[in-house]
Amino acid sequence: MTSLFRENDLWGPLDPSEEAGYGEDRPKRKGFFTDTSICIGCKACEVACKEWNDVPADHFDMLGSSYDNSHSLNANQWRHVAFIEQPKRLGDQESGLRQSVDLGMPVMAPSSPPEEQPPDGAEKPDFRWLMSSDVCKHCTHAACLDVCPTGSLFRSEFGTVVVQDDICNGCGYCVPACPYGVIERRKGPDGAKNVGIAQKCTLCYDRLEAGQTPACAQACPTQSIQFGDVEELRERANTRVAQLNDAGVMDARLYGNDPDDGVGGAGAFFLLLDEPEVYGFPPDPVVTTRDLPHMFRRASAAAAVMLAGAAVSFLGRRR
Amino acid sequence: MAEAHPVGFQWVMEAKARGAKIIHVDPRFTRTSALADTFVPIRAGSDIAFLGGIVNYVLSNELDFREYVVNYTNAAAIVSDDFQDTDDLDGLFSGYDPETRTYDPTSWQYAGDEPAADDEQNPEMQRETASALQHESHGSGVKANPPRDETLQDPRCVYQVLKRHYARYTPEMVARTCGVSEEQFREVCEAWTANSNPDRTTALVYSVGWTQHSVGVQYIRTGAILQLLLGNMGRPGGGVMALRGHASIQGSTDIPTLFNLLPGYLPMPNAVEHQSLEQWIEAVSQPDAKGFWANASAYGVNLLKAYFGDAATPENDFCFDYLPKITGDHGTYSTVMDMIDGKVKGYFLLGQNPAVGSAHGRAQRLGMANLDWVVVRDLFEIESATFWKTSPEVATGEIVPEECRTEVFLMPAASHVEKEGTFTQTQRMLQWREKAVEPPDDCRSELWFFYHLGRMVRERYADSTEERDLPIQQLAWDYPTHGPLVEPSAEAVLMEINGFEVESGRPLSSFIEMKADGSTLGGCWIYTGVYKDGVNQAARRKPGSDQSFVAPEWGWAWPANRRMLYNRASADPSGKPWSERKAYVWWDEDAGEWTGHDVPDFEKTKPPSYRPPDGAAGVEGLAGNDPFIMQGDGKGALYVPQGLIDGPMPTHYEPVESPFRNPFYAQQANPTSKEYVRPDNPSNPSPSQGHSEVYPYVFTTSRLTEHHTAGGMSRFVARLAELQPEMFIEVSPELADERGLEPGGWATIITSRSAIEARVLVTDRLTPLKVEGRTVHQVWLPYHWGEGGLVTGDSANDLIGISLDPNVLIQESKVGTCDVRPGRRPTGPALRRLVMDYQNDAGLTTAHAVEDTKESQS
Repeated sequence: MTSLFRENDLWGPLDPSEEAGYGEDRPKRKGFFTDTSICIGCKACEVACKEWNDVPADHFDMLGSSYDNSHSLNANQWRHVAFIEQPKRLGDQESGLRQSVDLGMPVMAPSSPPEEQPPDGAEKPDFRWLMSSDVCKHCTHAACLDVCPTGSLFRSEFGTVVVQDDICNGCGYCVPACPYGVIERRKGPDGAKNVGIAQKCTLCYDRLEAGQTPACAQACPTQSIQFGDVEELRERANTRVAQLNDAGVMDARLYGNDPDDGVGGAGAFFLLLDEPEVYGFPPDPVVTTRDLPHMFRRASAAAAVMLAGAAVSFLGRRR
Repeated sequence: MAEAHPVGFQWVMEAKARGAKIIHVDPRFTRTSALADTFVPIRAGSDIAFLGGIVNYVLSNELDFREYVVNYTNAAAIVSDDFQDTDDLDGLFSGYDPETRTYDPTSWQYAGDEPAADDEQNPEMQRETASALQHESHGSGVKANPPRDETLQDPRCVYQVLKRHYARYTPEMVARTCGVSEEQFREVCEAWTANSNPDRTTALVYSVGWTQHSVGVQYIRTGAILQLLLGNMGRPGGGVMALRGHASIQGSTDIPTLFNLLPGYLPMPNAVEHQSLEQWIEAVSQPDAKGFWANASAYGVNLLKAYFGDAATPENDFCFDYLPKITGDHGTYSTVMDMIDGKVKGYFLLGQNPAVGSAHGRAQRLGMANLDWVVVRDLFEIESATFWKTSPEVATGEIVPEECRTEVFLMPAASHVEKEGTFTQTQRMLQWREKAVEPPDDCRSELWFFYHLGRMVRERYADSTEERDLPIQQLAWDYPTHGPLVEPSAEAVLMEINGFEVESGRPLSSFIEMKADGSTLGGCWIYTGVYKDGVNQAARRKPGSDQSFVAPEWGWAWPANRRMLYNRASADPSGKPWSERKAYVWWDEDAGEWTGHDVPDFEKTKPPSYRPPDGAAGVEGLAGNDPFIMQGDGKGALYVPQGLIDGPMPTHYEPVESPFRNPFYAQQANPTSKEYVRPDNPSNPSPSQGHSEVYPYVFTTSRLTEHHTAGGMSRFVARLAELQPEMFIEVSPELADERGLEPGGWATIITSRSAIEARVLVTDRLTPLKVEGRTVHQVWLPYHWGEGGLVTGDSANDLIGISLDPNVLIQESKVGTCDVRPGRRPTGPALRRLVMDYQNDAGLTTAHAVEDTKESQS
């Protein structure tokens, strides 16, 4: 049994492109480090991504969820900027909104009825506005790729996970396999290409092949989205967290950078200023194919028992 | 800044990473605030009170950078005994005439300078022609050597006048007026002053919304005073940075699209006062003053030579008579009023969408619907091309498409990647841009449009024998063209702007080479050098990593590729850097010249010890310690004796529309603001007029990162339009509660001009402020929507009236009063009825603005 699955095939630290069979001359694994502490929520990443990859615009309704009008990562949204307004302090920031506001004075609107007012000097809670650009994690152990029956999803020489539009048959197995809810089949709009086909971030595979930076990172004005060698980015991220912690931003932490986590470390990882759930990330994602060897062993054992039983029954007849 | 200038904001983030402290002052918590160290919420329209409070903090604690202040500013100059301050006159300066609502600035002069040197124009005409704007790079036209007291003890010296003026701007008054807590205010004062000294500098950054007030120029002035007092001007990391509204707006004032300016800030001649070239030049050069405007005759003659070529000769005053002359206010808003009144026939709109983007949208649209023709050059069919069939006034019945007389010519424009040319950004830097692709179909560049329009007009007039047609016939209009589209050469135009010797064609390398005898020509003297040595300097692209931190080989900055103006001030009076850390340019004693990281903004070999001989003027009159070389006295102006319409020092006035009486003085609003008092341009009443409670809330508007100004470049593009798909209003939870506004529901916002609807975004980013003991609610509106494009909505600018700053005629569009109520607005004629009902409740049957001014006099 063990010969089918090598150690860390589906779990734990690994160089995914090496594991996929790329030779010694393969490029270093590429990825994103998204430092949300300097994201200004401009959405240039969303637009650059859509322009370069010809991802259609299809959502023209205001969500009323702060400035987020793109909702989530999906087939038509390969980058998504979350906006979180919170009654919470950001490091040493003076939000200016914590000041005590005395609402006990007569209000100016003549028509408004007198109403219950908070006591004088009631302190408003503090405030901070978090922004974060989410993207496909390009997992070390990518369940979407593991379950793809056609080979449309493949591991590139850069260690990234890419859909081949012309091979995907739209079976959709990859959709529930992703622990982050990133990949999805495109449902529309009318006239868009690749409708019915699984779609997600390619880390701009075509740009990488040409030695270019992915479109989102290229467009990011504040270098919140940093592109580079995953190994180097991980070091950079550790330094940045330490720097922020020193500056009093004790909430700063990394997400997806740990090769020992449930997906073997993400190729695209993040510096967050709060718990992952606040940004819409699963707190402890696990590659959905992690238990495959275990299940395989169980199934094999069961099969063996059944075979043995069958054999025994034949043996019995012969007797 | 992060909202409207996200790309520039990268440098703020980089500064923060290096330890800079970022303070953001704004009526609402924005994406800039989210990344700032400190956010200070402020009542819209109270900025002079806020900054004046910091000036008071600096002066009353003697925290000014004294050596800089004594040597480089006019702090020591003695002001006329006749000057009376707002303290004496309850909000007015001496010299006010309530009939004309203008000042006679005679008493504001330096001692011995009265009567004013600049008295050839009356103040009323100066306001009409936005004369302060004409002097944008002139500085004040004061005479060279006022009496001085360098101990700063004389009670009439500028320092003491300033100190008295701001003495009442105490932290308590700041809190009462601005709604900023004393604690937060002190924090800002301490941070700003602690970071301003020989070793450190502080930058003041604003976006152009800051100018859009009835006291807009004085807002900027207050900032400039503070930066001068703290020694932050002309030094690296300091300054007052104006972030321009969009690409090349700096360029469109340098080579202006303004009615009162010619290229290089030469004033447009006035029909009455400038009847000859000599009169005009004399008015520009101000023979008694110091500085580089003394060479104005060369700049003026070179421009005329560029316009009229061989026809311009010394004998005919270089065709000076051919220039159009102004007679008064021909600004964009008076033009709109004239359109409504049927006095205007045609209108060109180039990349501009006034139906959405200009104040008082209804007036804009009614004006355009009363023209013979309008030419719209844009990327899409914007509202200013469709007003006759889709505007809100069609719904109300005020415009009937079948009867609208205006003929619209919509000309598709080439985008910035489809044409070549330069952008000039806020640092005065020109960057050449290549054409990436040919424009599709009928799309053409502006250059193509104007060149061929001019060519065809000239063909029509070629055979005319009328004398009045000579300016058209003799215009120098011969640019080389290329390609299948017959595109004029943008480099040839840039070469003409740069200037060259007429005989040899040799490009000029500096405006110092310009001659007043007609032997050289150049279209914009401040741009001379951009084609130095026949090389397009604006196209230089040497990476910052390959050169010094000043990066002089990226693009080209006017004047003379100088990256920082007045940088002589980065060295002390003896010419040494104020500190090693802030060294920028300095005097090299051995070489006998100024040197450093940038091009010194000073005569290269004039030593710091130089003192001009008695009676010297012009360049010779500048002493070795006069860094502000374009000012008449060579000094930074803490106090402005002349050149401004509304006073020598910034003073807090309430906005034209305010729920509060002025806490500082009886004078409520700017006594000199430019008003157009007419029934179609009403103002909401202020408290002294009664009924101000009808419009109880303060509103302000600005831009979202996701859209571009009036939306012509974003609402029509799907991948941008979806980012902010609907018009909305931001309100605090407290106001939502008070007015019953539902998150995600609709609100109607009403002023005396119009009513609009918007989706409700309830957010803690807006907070009620306590002003004058009362709670004031502020609401915020983006102004990007209209009825065109992929995402539609009402336009916030429909709410705004037309009241202008008197110095430069910019509209007060960033603060007003309104009512907010839940639900959608009425449609059709009922919309106007709602607005009229409010007007009746507010008693708006008479003209308030002027009456108020008179009332506060009595």
